[in-house]
Amino acid sequence: MPKFESLDHLNEYRRQLRAKRDPKQPQVLVCAGPGCLPLGSEEVAQAFRAQMEEKGLNGKVALKTSGCHGLCARGVRVLIRPQEIAYQKVTPADVPEIVETTLVGGGVVERLLHEEPETHARCQHKGDIPFYRGQQSIVLRKLDVIDPESLDDYLALGGYRSLRKVFFEMTPDDVIDAVERSGLRGRGGGGFPTGRKWRICRDTEEPIKFVICNGDEGDPGAFMDRAVMEGDPHAVIEGMIIGAYAIGARRGYIYVRHEYPLAVKRLTLAIQQAREAGFLGKNILRSGFDFDLQISQGSGAFVCGEETALIASIEGHIGEPMPRPPYPAISGLFGQPTIINNVETWANVPEIINMGPEWFAGIGTEGSKGTKVFSLVGAIHHSGLVEVPMGTTLREIVFNLGGGIPGGRAFKAVQTGGPSGGCIPAEFLDLPVDYDSLQQVGSIMGSGGLIVMDETSCMVDVARYFIGFLYEESCGKCTPCREGLKQLKKIYEDITQGRGEEGHIALMEDLCAAMASASICGLGQSAVNPVLSTLKFFRHEYEAHIRDKKCPALVCRPLLKYTIDPETCTGCLACVRECPVGAISGVKKEAQEIDQELCIKCGLCFEVCQFDAVRRE
Amino acid sequence: MMDAARLESILSRYEGEPYDLIPVLQEIQDTYGYLPKDEVKEVARRLKVPLTQIYSVATFYKMFSLIPKGKHQVKVCLGTTCHLKGGPRLVDSLCSRLGVEVGYTSKDGQFSLETVGCLGSCAQAPVMMVDDKYYARVTVDKVPKILKLYQS
Repeated sequence: MPKFESLDHLNEYRRQLRAKRDPKQPQVLVCAGPGCLPLGSEEVAQAFRAQMEEKGLNGKVALKTSGCHGLCARGVRVLIRPQEIAYQKVTPADVPEIVETTLVGGGVVERLLHEEPETHARCQHKGDIPFYRGQQSIVLRKLDVIDPESLDDYLALGGYRSLRKVFFEMTPDDVIDAVERSGLRGRGGGGFPTGRKWRICRDTEEPIKFVICNGDEGDPGAFMDRAVMEGDPHAVIEGMIIGAYAIGARRGYIYVRHEYPLAVKRLTLAIQQAREAGFLGKNILRSGFDFDLQISQGSGAFVCGEETALIASIEGHIGEPMPRPPYPAISGLFGQPTIINNVETWANVPEIINMGPEWFAGIGTEGSKGTKVFSLVGAIHHSGLVEVPMGTTLREIVFNLGGGIPGGRAFKAVQTGGPSGGCIPAEFLDLPVDYDSLQQVGSIMGSGGLIVMDETSCMVDVARYFIGFLYEESCGKCTPCREGLKQLKKIYEDITQGRGEEGHIALMEDLCAAMASASICGLGQSAVNPVLSTLKFFRHEYEAHIRDKKCPALVCRPLLKYTIDPETCTGCLACVRECPVGAISGVKKEAQEIDQELCIKCGLCFEVCQFDAVRRE
Repeated sequence: MMDAARLESILSRYEGEPYDLIPVLQEIQDTYGYLPKDEVKEVARRLKVPLTQIYSVATFYKMFSLIPKGKHQVKVCLGTTCHLKGGPRLVDSLCSRLGVEVGYTSKDGQFSLETVGCLGSCAQAPVMMVDDKYYARVTVDKVPKILKLYQS
């Protein structure tokens, strides 16, 4: 990789790069995204390498491990280009057949194609799969086609092209104008207009300013930032260079949580490549502009996703938030004006510059422009990452893209926005998803986690889970959050353990009112969303727990009873081996029995029984 | 005894300013498996950060440990999807098989057990991790097989 001294130099390099690349060259892209990696994508890539070597295909077929292919549910995913054949559930054992049939023979391995759950129709090409057909990709568009460790791959697809426009055709004010006109709002959840934030920061007199990328994605159930950082790290860096130019920052930080070691590795490499190529450092592309970036790793604290806490953490302190104002755009890192945007926001910026703000503003709804990436998980056929225009309805996302609920069960709710979000019931399935409409039904966009729940989920338990999570993660600095969460947690424990009382619901509502108005940061203020939204839409479930001491969804352990059906039990002793308290007894090959006094209702017996002999009521 | 050379090689990569504290502690944690007392004192002296602040940082963030961790780190994801799909039962099974509570190390020093908020592999829930290796869609009956891979 040369160090690009000028635009002509870069353009010439890109021309040569394109000329060298044959668009018809067969490519095998093995997904190494967050979904496929745990299913063994490294082993699959290794098998391809070995098999292609054996068949003498090296040099003829390009093999790449790429970022997330989106449809994580059926990993390991392999995309064969240029035909765009999408294989799923690929194991190393399937590789010889793919190589033989597709790469050598030009045919298709039918059994590895995508199958629609209801119709059993097979989809040969990526574009035929309903999951992909309903999407519009801006941020995810390169994830499944580039090798995230190759700067050449990024450049070949037009990477760092926006820098030309920015440095040589636009003033910083023009850049901010463009971002404002695009209507881009913060994708981390707050939804603050990005351009306005940049303008506030630019207008300060301070000579030293910073840009920060918030990659501390801690929301359980959200992995879009991880996928982007791991799959297209240069897009984040390019966005940050543009932002730095616009506000006049010379230094930037990418704050990545330490639970994402691969994201740290890929970003570190990308920064190094960008520096060597001259996109970072002094006098970038001879524009006279200096900017450099470094990575700052989180250490495992959810509250550091809050911008003032994140700043404290980079400064070497514990992650306690500060009351705002002053906003970081005025006084942030080391007291200097600082712009913090999340990964997805930054990754949108180069495309806004390339394609123009009007193009971006043409996508989405009146108040929410562009697309949003959601991680769609839970009780759904096609779990994975989706990117849709703002304003797409929940029904479209859950049923058309996600393929609906497995097992013939009924849709119950979709939880949006992580622990600070709310649960939305079926009556709002036709709600267009954007910042404002989600807020109207008591939830938030958050970073974009969508967790689908069916009738096997207990909404009291779900709210208890989020409150428990937030209680653990509250930094404890302000009283409403610290004490409020503690009390809410205690009430939830009482309710789910059969000690619920009539006054509990009113007490929870009072606590929520205090927390929402008096907590310092978003963690405490929005912690009330899961409570209030479940109370509003699923009050009957709370009442069943409190009055009848029953959990209708059979989730809350202390309210359940486990027995073994002597007719179906084969006496395999699997439950006896797993029971942590020795409550199950009996002779091998005969029916077992559970001692109700000893049973702690952990449900391990229910889980391990292969014969459905353990009954739960 | 403090291994001065090892600590020196970590500190040499930093400017010695107070804002280097967290990255320095992260490297010590990664290298030693915990934050040894003598090393922490030396870091306080070199970065000119009060010892109390270091302990406040070390106990605030989940990544740091003041006691040695086991040879293998077992992390069970308790993100929303993992919670719904049986993550808590995995924790129960691991606790009883390893004979430890969450946050502790087994008596033989082989395994430390932790839970994490979300590992970001929600489509494969429930997920657990041993060292750097992810295990997808783990059910309780797979737990002994996974542990066996690491038992020496």
